[in-house]
Amino acid sequence: MNVRRQLRLSLALLVATVLVSAVSVPAASSRPFAGVTVNVLTFTGPQIAEPLQRRGPAFTRLTGARINVVTVPFSDLYQKILTDLATGTNSYHAFVFAPQWMVDYVTPGYLEDITMRVSADRNIQWADIAPFFRNFSASFGGRVYTIPLDGDFQMVYYRSDQLRRFGLQPPQTWEDYLRVAQALHRKDLNGDGRADFGSCIAKKRGAQSYWMIWSVAGALLQSQGTNQGAFFDVDSFAPLTNNAAFAEALRIYTETTRYGPPDELNWDVGDSRAGFMTGRCGLSLDWGDIGTLAIDPKTSKVKNKVGAVILPGSRRVLDRRTGQLVACNSTTCPHATGGVNHAPFAAFGGWSGGINKAAPARVKDAAYAFMSYMSQPAQANVDVTIGITGFNPYRRSQFQNTNLWVKAGMSAAAARNYLGAIEASLGSPNMVLDLRIPQNQRYQQVVLDTAIAKLLAKQITIEQAMKEITDGWEAITNELGRDQQSQAYRSALGVKR
Amino acid sequence: MLTDRKLRGTGSPNGPVPLSFLGQGLAAWVDRQARFLFLLPAVLLLILLSIFPLIFSVYLSLVRFQLVPGGFRFRFVGLANYRKLITGIEREHFLGLLASPAPLIWALAGVIAAVLLLFVIRGMVRGRSTLPAMAGRAVFALIAGTLVWLILRTLTSGGRPGSLVTTMVYVFIGITVQYWLGLTLAYLTSQHLPGRRFFRVVFLLPMMITPVGIAYMFRILANLGIGPFTPLWEALGLAEVSWASDPWGARIVVMIGDVWQWTPFMFVVLLAALESQPLELLEAAMVDGASRWQTFWRVTWPQILPVTSTLVLIRMIEGFKIIDLPNVLTNGGPGTATESLTLHAFIAWRTLDIGGSAAVAYALLFLVTFMALSYINLVHRRLAGAM
Repeated sequence: MNVRRQLRLSLALLVATVLVSAVSVPAASSRPFAGVTVNVLTFTGPQIAEPLQRRGPAFTRLTGARINVVTVPFSDLYQKILTDLATGTNSYHAFVFAPQWMVDYVTPGYLEDITMRVSADRNIQWADIAPFFRNFSASFGGRVYTIPLDGDFQMVYYRSDQLRRFGLQPPQTWEDYLRVAQALHRKDLNGDGRADFGSCIAKKRGAQSYWMIWSVAGALLQSQGTNQGAFFDVDSFAPLTNNAAFAEALRIYTETTRYGPPDELNWDVGDSRAGFMTGRCGLSLDWGDIGTLAIDPKTSKVKNKVGAVILPGSRRVLDRRTGQLVACNSTTCPHATGGVNHAPFAAFGGWSGGINKAAPARVKDAAYAFMSYMSQPAQANVDVTIGITGFNPYRRSQFQNTNLWVKAGMSAAAARNYLGAIEASLGSPNMVLDLRIPQNQRYQQVVLDTAIAKLLAKQITIEQAMKEITDGWEAITNELGRDQQSQAYRSALGVKR
Repeated sequence: MLTDRKLRGTGSPNGPVPLSFLGQGLAAWVDRQARFLFLLPAVLLLILLSIFPLIFSVYLSLVRFQLVPGGFRFRFVGLANYRKLITGIEREHFLGLLASPAPLIWALAGVIAAVLLLFVIRGMVRGRSTLPAMAGRAVFALIAGTLVWLILRTLTSGGRPGSLVTTMVYVFIGITVQYWLGLTLAYLTSQHLPGRRFFRVVFLLPMMITPVGIAYMFRILANLGIGPFTPLWEALGLAEVSWASDPWGARIVVMIGDVWQWTPFMFVVLLAALESQPLELLEAAMVDGASRWQTFWRVTWPQILPVTSTLVLIRMIEGFKIIDLPNVLTNGGPGTATESLTLHAFIAWRTLDIGGSAAVAYALLFLVTFMALSYINLVHRRLAGAM
């Protein structure tokens, strides 16, 4: 009897064990990264960090990998990543950063080449990502190093209700911009009885001002297509910062300050966006964020009162031979629309995720899986419609499916207008690519940013600013090697000759 | 066979040395060496943590950082990073823009040059002056003269101070205000006034707050458009005024924040000095019919002078390293108006201009050392000696 009982008991135990195994084995395989922690470094949010933090727990439930998002101020991010990699500290396994810095991370061999991973990953739907972000933002030297999470173009936003009120048209040129800004300046734009501002632009030093100036300068400096380049002459690698076109850009940029808030020189994009959302600004120059922030009922007073246009252009462009401005015609401005040369600026290039090559293999797998998960349409197509994420559209499906935006709270007309402005930028043959040469941070964040800040503060004149930028850029080029820098510039622009 | 004689040894010219004496000698030697042995870990630690980085940063200031396939390298460039600061593209940023000197500036510079020359000559004619002392005076006069000339030409109309002079402005004006404000508060709370215990704690609070927190707080307070004092500024018609767009407005806000943060340090040390002065002297002054001002000026002030001197020295060394406030409040702007030397070095380092950053840091080290040594020799020793 006892033997029988023991046999039955053993059989029951065996069946139970088999059942438990049957249940747990698939569970283990569906959580392939159980016990893995991925440290992801990005900038202090809420933008960019917010979606990574919000989606981390869901990714953990799916794969078992824990996502630990570490943030540092934007101005420290470049150096923080490089220091961690160069010193071999390797405390971070993945980074979400500006793709224009990629050249400094790829050259020493710090970033993982993810070309094969991307090819083998059907879920990421790589072909759905707009070609510019796949080929420029994500790639270097023909290899893929990052996964795009964001699409960045600067545009001009305007208060559609106020333009109607004052019988104004959205600005097509920078002169138009100044006229509209002047007309709206000191008018009550939000009904609070206080005088508001015609134009709000982030002009704080050490923030985003050095991109803003190039959004103005682009149309004056580049007219022959993207591979003409807007920062340096592709043949001589001489900076395009000491000529009549750049002087005009500096004049326009300085002039916008007249129609801005008193503290504008201390405003970063957080301030200018808040100013626009509270209805205090008639115009603003920004990335795609204002479009989605404007539909957030918690923060916006301008829902469905916002319009966006491709960056204003110019009817005159730089003649690189003489250094003077010449009128647009079919030769000088082959890509002009209605006699206006537009040069939309792909400033920054869109936040992208890269992986530390020195991370342990399993952690690299988990880090890739997380970046892929963040970029997959199921997640990305929702995140780009939420203002606080800081993510802007970069996938074809995001441009094609207006319902995404209507569902998020945008009117169909506003969605068409917003997406239309980005698509016009993305499809422009005269798009200005951001500077992607070794140590571009020194060119832009130190020399350019400092000179612009001094000009805006009236510490120096336009001529002095141009000289300071030109001399500073030449000094860095000579220090780092003209041939190397020139080659990197031509390669980024896709110049073959 | 080991004999007793062998054991005792024969090395002494005075005959055999007793074993116990040998042991004592060894013990004495060990005693003598023990102090070095005990000091060794601290010295090694100091070398490791302080001297080595100092020497290595000299090397960094002579190189340029470059990213190359497989990693990075340092390329030796000699004094190029220093040349960049003094005569190159960073000259205006570091030294400032020199205005053409007006006649008044020439006159002022002439007076200062005469004073410095007199100082050197006085040192030479004093019979007991040594050669190093005379050389020290000459070097002091040369550097002080150069700095004064730089200050005069960058702070006058047509000039613009660089990060070097801006840092000195923060230090000299800031410490002067902090000291007198701290002394006033310390004097008031040392009197038998109602609520003095409460205010002693309140006055100390700013010192407990992190500098970055203070900087953010002042950024909000100083925002005329959306800050808590906006209704007040609007009522005064100042809502359209921007401190951040004006170089001196921005510098003044940085200095106000610095004063707010560091006055408590002055306050607490001066309060201790005031409370530790002998009561007999104060009572004697009172009996002699001295007024409150006379008592303070003739009795209290001389007694707190040595503390004052030390306090100013400590704050001066610390003040030269200011970075949090200008970095958070203005990012060094408008333009480069509020940029201190440390922030200048930090911005260069942030973009991996490591050599340039180290050169600025060494300029700061040189300046602090010069100021501290000059202060100790010219002021501190005399004040401390007076007591």
